[in-house]
Formats: sequence, structure tokens, C-alpha cells
Amino acid sequence: MSTHNLEDMGCGTSSVKDTRSEQVLKAALVIQNWYRGYSTRLKARQRYALTIFQSIEYADEQGQLQLSNFFSFMLENYAHIHEKDPEIVARLFGSTLQDYKDRQDYVAFVDVPNSYNGPRLQFPLTFTDIDLLVDAFKQQQILHARYVLEVLFETKKVLKQMPNFTHVKTSPSKEITICGDLHGKLDDLLLIFYKNGLPSGSNSYIFNGDFVDRGRNSIEILMILFVSFLVYPNDLHLNRGNHEDFMMNLRYGFTKEILCKYKIHGKQILQILEDVYTWLPIGTIIDNEILVIHGGISESTDLNLLHRVERHKMKSVLMPPTPLDGDPDTNVKKKKFNATIVPGEVKTSASHSEQLTKHEWEQVIDILWSDPRGKRGCYPNTSRGGGCYFGPDITSKVLNRYQLKMLIRSHECKPEGYEICHDGKVITIFSASNYYEEGSNRGAYIKLSSGMAPRFFQYQVTRTTCLRPLYQRVNAIESSAIRILRERIIARKTDLIHAFQLQDRSKSGKLSMSQWAFSMENTLGLNLPWRSLSSRLVTTDTNGDINYMSSFQDIHIQKPVKELPHWAEREPMGRKTGAIVCRGDEKVRAERREAQSTLIETLYRYRSDLQIIFNVIDSDHSGLISVEEFRSMWKLFNSHYNIHIDDFQIDELAERMDLNKDGSIDFNEFLKAFHVVHKLDKLNKSGSGLA
Amino acid sequence: MADDKEREGPDITVAEFHKKIKDAFEVFDHEANNTVDVREIGTIIRSLGCCPSEGELHDLIAEVEEEEPTGYIRFEKFLPVMTEILLERRYRPIPEDILLRAFEVLDPSKRGFLLKEELIKYMTEEGEPFSQEEMEEMLSAAIDPESNSVHYKDYIAMMVIDES
Repeated sequence: MSTHNLEDMGCGTSSVKDTRSEQVLKAALVIQNWYRGYSTRLKARQRYALTIFQSIEYADEQGQLQLSNFFSFMLENYAHIHEKDPEIVARLFGSTLQDYKDRQDYVAFVDVPNSYNGPRLQFPLTFTDIDLLVDAFKQQQILHARYVLEVLFETKKVLKQMPNFTHVKTSPSKEITICGDLHGKLDDLLLIFYKNGLPSGSNSYIFNGDFVDRGRNSIEILMILFVSFLVYPNDLHLNRGNHEDFMMNLRYGFTKEILCKYKIHGKQILQILEDVYTWLPIGTIIDNEILVIHGGISESTDLNLLHRVERHKMKSVLMPPTPLDGDPDTNVKKKKFNATIVPGEVKTSASHSEQLTKHEWEQVIDILWSDPRGKRGCYPNTSRGGGCYFGPDITSKVLNRYQLKMLIRSHECKPEGYEICHDGKVITIFSASNYYEEGSNRGAYIKLSSGMAPRFFQYQVTRTTCLRPLYQRVNAIESSAIRILRERIIARKTDLIHAFQLQDRSKSGKLSMSQWAFSMENTLGLNLPWRSLSSRLVTTDTNGDINYMSSFQDIHIQKPVKELPHWAEREPMGRKTGAIVCRGDEKVRAERREAQSTLIETLYRYRSDLQIIFNVIDSDHSGLISVEEFRSMWKLFNSHYNIHIDDFQIDELAERMDLNKDGSIDFNEFLKAFHVVHKLDKLNKSGSGLA
Repeated sequence: MADDKEREGPDITVAEFHKKIKDAFEVFDHEANNTVDVREIGTIIRSLGCCPSEGELHDLIAEVEEEEPTGYIRFEKFLPVMTEILLERRYRPIPEDILLRAFEVLDPSKRGFLLKEELIKYMTEEGEPFSQEEMEEMLSAAIDPESNSVHYKDYIAMMVIDES
């Protein structure tokens, strides 16, 4: 029965035939059919938006790995730049400086003023302190640095006594609750506690890593979790995630949060936190049957080895162990390290006792970074750049090897908050709802006890008590996703135009859908449904061809006005003599404009990486680095990342950035000024705005 | 390259459709193993611009399922069926004016609106009835809370803008 025929609607000559009830039936069908189509298209758009968020997120993580390679590269060349700064070298090598080891006496000097009306913790901690914190954080109070430091020191002490894997037993009367990534979203943690009760001797929890970064309340979450752990060390279990790592925090927001909330003591907090992370256990095993770890496994996962490794030597998952004595290939490099480090002042991890072996390190990386996939076998995890993809056969193999029945992991955002795969053997649990954007996904937690099937509880934090209609939520997510995608596009403008022009031989400014999609995917390295997204990114003409330059129309990178040389304003030589303006001048100006745009794009594209590198160099967190440091850093960066920016441009840039000519650059200020301007934002501000 | 379009034949169209279908399929292929959950097939088909009714969808699923249904649909089976649909331009979306006429049938006294209870009654009792979730979803966007009714002309206009 066709529902689209006008006559069937009772509008044609057959109207006499249809009774009223038949008409109503048909009308209802039309509306239902239309609505269902509309509603599923909304959901499809939501899914597309999530795909965009996810692929960009993973591409970023890959960038993070490239950064770590850069650090290794930098170390080999760094020595002769910085003989005078062993602290930097030590920091990058990852060893803890001896004099920071037991800084607990420092805490005694941190006073809590009478005027402070935030929560006051009492040591030894009890359950009232948990309540106190939860209430205080609900009212958006900030815990005083003194308490933060005390909690961190205590936590480190207790964690040190924990084994790499905590073995837990459940019973029908004692279930355990497992939560996944929280990523600084305090509302989700509070919602879980509201629905499921606070942790206690009779209410056990496992938090499976990634407590911090991205959300705005990472420190508050850590404090609640650590205090709960100190009060109930046998009932609150914490597993390390890939974001419990100072390098990740530099990029993904936690470092910034701390320095912002704790302006005086932030640096100390960060330093002790680095240590605390390394003492977090690797995983939990429930009833000798269920393995709970943050990421996943690989073909070679060796649980026995993982039980034995000295886990605290894993400083940052992104700083692989440097080559050791036994390695013949690297002896030459090693000599270089030793030659430039002042002996006696600093212990470097070039010595065997301070770092894991490469094999051990890889084992831990696999646990923290791997993702399950449907494809059989074990492959390098190319999206993230670390860990691997493991198939259902790998899961079976490894679980059987250790007589385990199930793997519970987190690490990946799922629209429903959880997902079961590999024939029921692998469960992903993710507890940060609205992770990418309001409405993007639900959060969930698992309750289980031996002998019973796991039960899943889902939730979604909403800002308003009344949920907005679906189309508004989808519009919001979609706009957000398209927005960040367009920022990626503008950051690669020069490369993209180059790719387009290669295919557009007739210089018509147009490409077929196929050619455009191919160029986009290849240049950006993002596996997205470009054809379906095209309507949001470019304009098409009446023939269905893409006007490829239209992606760049409503968006540009705002440059910090004073800081950059205005190439375009310089007159090429020919003009001054009054000679006829020859084509060469145009070409030079065009080239200079292109050079300028490449520089801007590059600075914009790598701004996160640059920020991290400079934050690492700026070890005293003063926000300033010397012009000399900037220059040498950039030159290294340039050569490692294969960027083609002339040295003289960098020198000029460095000089411009040194605003008061005192030899130092406020780099963060400079980078902050680089942001993408969406032209349409100005229009929307005057409109009603749904978002 | 764009001027070569004249010379493009049906082969190019099929190739383009294949890529489009593959893209849409991949978005829902969570395990990257060329299968999707059967419950997502409706979403995929509709995301490609087609509007089958529930009954038509049911038949389509039967066409692409395995002989012994596994709960998953394989891409190899889905692709040819979906390509046909696109080539034949089947299940075209409902034009705005037909949609308007449908609402008018349900509003014979031509008030220009339907009361919330009336809409609920029609949508959940007639045709291919809505589930409670579908009904709530539609109401959240359609109902004007002050008058507790849906002014269907405005509603349609708003939805149409949202889609374009």
C-alpha cells in the first residue's frame, strides 16, 4: 500500500470510495512514516557527530605519541643545548629528583587561614570526611591546597602497599559496582553516588581509570576518590587509566585546572600527583574470574609478569624507556647522554634500576591503551598510536590462558554508556555522560556478584530539569562536531588547497564529490563519511559538483595582531624604483602571503604540542621561556616534524614575541591568541541561539 | 574534471552510491567487521534519504537477513539491495504538502491545530502505532505548552527548515 499517492489521501477522484476511518488511517500512516524517517535521520546525524568527535579525539592521541617520539629525538640533541639545566634532562628522562622524594614536611608549612570556609578534613579520615567533601563540592567549593597535599601524600603511602592487581571477592549479599571513565565530570560521580550510594564497607566500588582531564572538576573527583580510598582501602579500588599520566594532563586540561585553582601551591600538587599516579594499581581481578583493566589486552599479555613489574617506574606511558647498556646499537647515543650530564647532581634513568624494560613497558601500554575490535587477531592501534586492537580470538586465548571468564574495560566512549562484544566476553563501561557534548551519550555503571549476570545502570546528566527536544540536542551536538571539524580543515588549508588543485586540472574551482572526498580523507587522515557530511562543509553547484574553496569561506585563524610580521605590507623591491610592476612582484607577494598562512596554520595546528613542549621546558611554571630556548626548540621541532618554515621567519617571530625585549617570551599568552574565528558566530550572537 | 560529468554513465552513479552506502554503513559498524546490528538498518536506510514505512522496512530486513537470522546484517547482503533502492528512487520522502493534507484530514473542522490528546490518540491507535517513547519524543517538539496543542502548519515548517 503506497502512502504517498494523492488519491489515497482522499484528495482525488477516489475520495468518494474512502470512508472517514480509512482516511484517518491513511493520514496517520503518512504522519507516522514521515516522523519516523525524520527521527531516525536525527539519530543518524547524532551518530555522525559522535564519529567526528571520536576520530578527532583519536587523531589527537596519535599526535600525542608523535610528541613523545619528538621528546626522545629532542633528548638526543638537547644535551648540547642545555648543559646548564640538568633538571630539564632529568624531568624528561622521568626520574624523580632525590630532594623531592619526601616533601611531606613541606605540607606542615602550608597554613589554612581562618577565613577559609571550605571543607576541613580531619586526619585520620573517616566517612564523615567523604560526606563533607561531597557536600562541599556540590556547592562548588574548592578544597584548600593543604588538604589536597595531605590527601595526596597519604594516598601515595597507602597505594605503595597495594599489589599491582587487587584480588576481590564478591558474594550474593556483597555486590561490587564498577565505574568507567569519569574525566573530571563531577556531576556524573555525584549522580552515581546518589543512585547507588556512597562507598562503604558494604558498598564496594571499582573505578577503572581516567578520573581526570577534559572535565572541569578533575581535582574534586580525585579528592573524593582518594579520600574514600583512604577510609575504605579494601572496598574502594582504583585502577590506573591512560590519563593518570602527567604528560596527558599537560595536553588534556588537568594541569591547567590545577594551576588555575591552586595558584600558589599548584606546582607542588602537580609534582606529588605525578608520583601518586605511578603507584595506582594496574587492575583488579574479581572472584578469580573477571579481569578489570582500563584499556585492553594484546596477544602477548602476560599477567604473571604484570603482577611482578615495578609499576611505579612507569612515569608516563608516553615516555618509553631509553636504551640501556646492554643494547649495542645505542651505546653511541648513551655516551652522548653521559657526556653532557654533570655527574653526581642528578640521577638519570639511563641506569637500569630506574626504568622498566622495554618489554615490561609495552605490556603496561597494552593494558592501558588497547581497544577491542571485531576483526580477529592483534594489530597496532593506529588511531591512538599506542596499544593494539585485539579481536575475539585474542580475548578467548588470553582469558583461557589464565582461566578467566570475562574482561571489563573502559577507555572508549559508548553512546549507551556500555557495550558488550566478543561474544559476551568483553564489556566496555564508560561513566562520563555527555562526554563530547550535551546529549552525546549516556553514562553507565555495572553491578555484579559471583554467579549472577552483570546488571547495567544507565544515566545522563542534564543541565536543565526538563530535557530539550531531540532535534535541539542533536543540533547542538552536530554544530559542535562540525565546528571542530572545520577547525581541523582550516588548520590544513594550504595542504588541502594543494590537494584539490592537483585534481582540478582545468582550474575550475570545482571537483566531483568523489575527488573532493578523496582529498579530504587523504589530507586530514580522518576516516569520516565525507559524502554525507559534504552538505555541512561545502557548497555544491547545480550539477552536483563541489566548490572546494567554499570550505574556507566563513572561517579563518585569527592571528595575534602585533606579534606576526606583516609580510604583505612589505613592498617588493621593484616598486621603489618606479619600474613597471612585473609579474615577479605579484608572485613574491603571493608567496609571502602563502608563507605567512603556512606559518599561522602550522602554529595553530601544533599549538597543543607546542604548548606541552614549552610547558615542559618551563619547569618552574613561570609561563616564560627565553628567546634562545624558543629558537632552538622551534628549530628542532621544525626538523623533526618536517615542517618547511624558514629559519629567518622563526627568528623574526621570536623577536616579535619578546614584547618587552628582555629576552623572554610569555608563550602561553601568545598561543592563547591563536584561535579560529567562525564568521557566523557574530551573526548567531544576535540570534536566539539554541545551543 | 567536473566538465567530464557529461561523459559519466550509470557506472559512475552506481560507484558513487556504493561509496555513500559504505560510508553510512561504517558509521554504525561498531566492531569494524562489516556487520551492523539489525536494529540499526532502519536508521541507515533512512539516513540515506529514504522513507520506507515500518511494514516496508520489515520486508527489507527480511531481504537482507541471513537464512538463519543472527541479529546482524552483513554489508555484502545489504549493498546490492540498498543500491537498487537508490537507483529506483524508492521510498522517496513525503512532500510537505502531503504531510499538511494528512494533518488536515485529522482536523476536519479546520481549526489549524490538533489537541495533544487528539494527536496522542491518532498516533498511538491508528496506522502503525507509535511506541510511548516515540510519542513522547514527538510531543516534546510539537506541542505548544501554553495551548497544549500542535499548530501543525508551523510545526511542519519548523521541521522542514531543520532538515535542510
